[in-house]
Amino acid sequence: MIETDILIIGAGPCGLFIVFEAGLLKLNCHLIDALPEAGGQLTEIYPKKPIYDIPGYPSVLAGELIDNLKEQIAPFKPGFTLGERAETIEKLADGRFKLTTNRGTVHVAPVIAIAGGLGCFEPRKPPIENIASFEDKGVEYIIKDPEIYRDKRLVIAGGGDSALDWTIYLAELAKEVTLVHRRTSFRGALDSVEKVMALNEAGKIKLVTEAQVVGLTGTDKLDEVIIKHKTEGTFTKAVDHFIPLFGLSPKLGPIGEWGLNIDKNAIEVNTLDYSTNIPGIYAIGDINTYPGKLKLILCGFHEGTIMCQAAFKHIYPDKKLSFKYTTVTGIEGL
Amino acid sequence: MDESPICTAHQQKKMIKITLYDRDNKKHLLDAPTDMTMNFMELCKAYELPVEGTCGGMALCASCHCYVESDHELPPASEDEEDMLDQAFFVEDNSRLGCQIKLKESLDGIVIRLAPTGE
Repeated sequence: MIETDILIIGAGPCGLFIVFEAGLLKLNCHLIDALPEAGGQLTEIYPKKPIYDIPGYPSVLAGELIDNLKEQIAPFKPGFTLGERAETIEKLADGRFKLTTNRGTVHVAPVIAIAGGLGCFEPRKPPIENIASFEDKGVEYIIKDPEIYRDKRLVIAGGGDSALDWTIYLAELAKEVTLVHRRTSFRGALDSVEKVMALNEAGKIKLVTEAQVVGLTGTDKLDEVIIKHKTEGTFTKAVDHFIPLFGLSPKLGPIGEWGLNIDKNAIEVNTLDYSTNIPGIYAIGDINTYPGKLKLILCGFHEGTIMCQAAFKHIYPDKKLSFKYTTVTGIEGL
Repeated sequence: MDESPICTAHQQKKMIKITLYDRDNKKHLLDAPTDMTMNFMELCKAYELPVEGTCGGMALCASCHCYVESDHELPPASEDEEDMLDQAFFVEDNSRLGCQIKLKESLDGIVIRLAPTGE
C-alpha cells in the first residue's frame, strides 16, 4: 500500500507541477498515470512541438518542458505508479481515500488531485459494428502476450511503428501474418518499413495496401475479416486474430463513475480552490471546467498552486499556513 | 438553420456558408468567418458539434476526420496529415482532417460530412 498526502491522477505538466507547490508546503505527492512515462499529452502526442505561451520561455519544446518539470520537482521526491489506470476510490473510516488501480495497486491519501487532462490514453477501436462482441475472442487492441499468436493466422491493421514492429516480430512466431494498410506508404520508421517490404517479398508475410478492414464475422469467436481494397473490391480472409493498431486516444474512463459532477467530459469545480463536489477531491488542468475556463498549461499551473493551499487546510484544518517565497527560503532549505 | 455562435469584433463581412452532415446524417448549415484564421475543426467546436479536436489542431490526432463531399478545390494534404489519417477509420479519397481545412472565401458552399469515430 502506498500512502501519501496528495495523490495526483495524471502525470502531465499540471500534475507534475502540483508536486512542486505541495512540496513548498511540505506535503508529499504520489502520481498515477495510465501511460508508462510521465508527461501526458506533451510526451504522447506532441513532444517535438514548440510551446510559446509558457511565461519566461519564448519557446520550449513540449518534451523539454516535461524534462524541466521533472527536474524542478525532483527535490521533493514524488512517487510514481506508471502504466496503471486509476480505477476505483472508496472513503475510509479515517476520512482518507483508498484508490485502487486496474492492476490492483492500492494508494491511500487524504487528498486526491485529478489532473487527468483529456482522460487516460487507450487504444483507438475501429468503429466496426460488431467489433465489441469479438473482444478477447480474436480481437485485441494491445499485444500483451505475443505467445498467444504462435502458429495462428493474424491480420494486423495500421501503418505506424507499432503495426510495423509487431508485423516484423510476429512474422516468425505466427503461422501467417497479413498487414492491412490504407495506402502504399507508411509513417513508421524507415528501417521498419524496409524490413516489412523485405518480409513481403520473401513471402513471410502478406502485405495488403490500399485496403482497410471493414467487417468481422464469426459465431462464438472471430472467423473472418472483411477487407475492402480501394480498386479490387471486398474480400474475406480466414483468421484467428485481428489486431488493429491505430494509436491511442484519451478517454475520461473510470473517473466518470466516481460521483463527481461532470459536464461534457469535464469535472465541475469551484474556482475558489478548484474543489469538486466531493470534499478532498480537487480537479485541475484540462480535465476541469468552470465559467471562463481556458485549456492552457499556464492556467493549470495556477489552478494547482491555489489548490495546494486548500489541500493543506483540508489535511491540517487546525494548522496555520505561512506563505513563503522561494526567493526567500530557497528549495533545499525548506 | 443553426445560429452562428461566432462573431468578429468588427462588422461581419467575410462569412461563408458550409453544409455539414453529422454522424447521424443530420444536416447543419453553418456560417463561417473567413477573417479569423479559423479551421473547420474549430468551427465545429464553436457550434458544439461532436468533433473532439484532441490535439488542438496540430494534425496530431485523427479526431476531426471528415469527408469533403463537394467539388471544392482544397490544397493537397501534407505528409503529416496523410500520416495522421492512417490512424483514422474508413478513410476515403475525399478524407481530410478538419483542422487542416482553413476557412476561406473559395470554400463558400462546401459540403462536409463527419467521419465515423472509434470508440
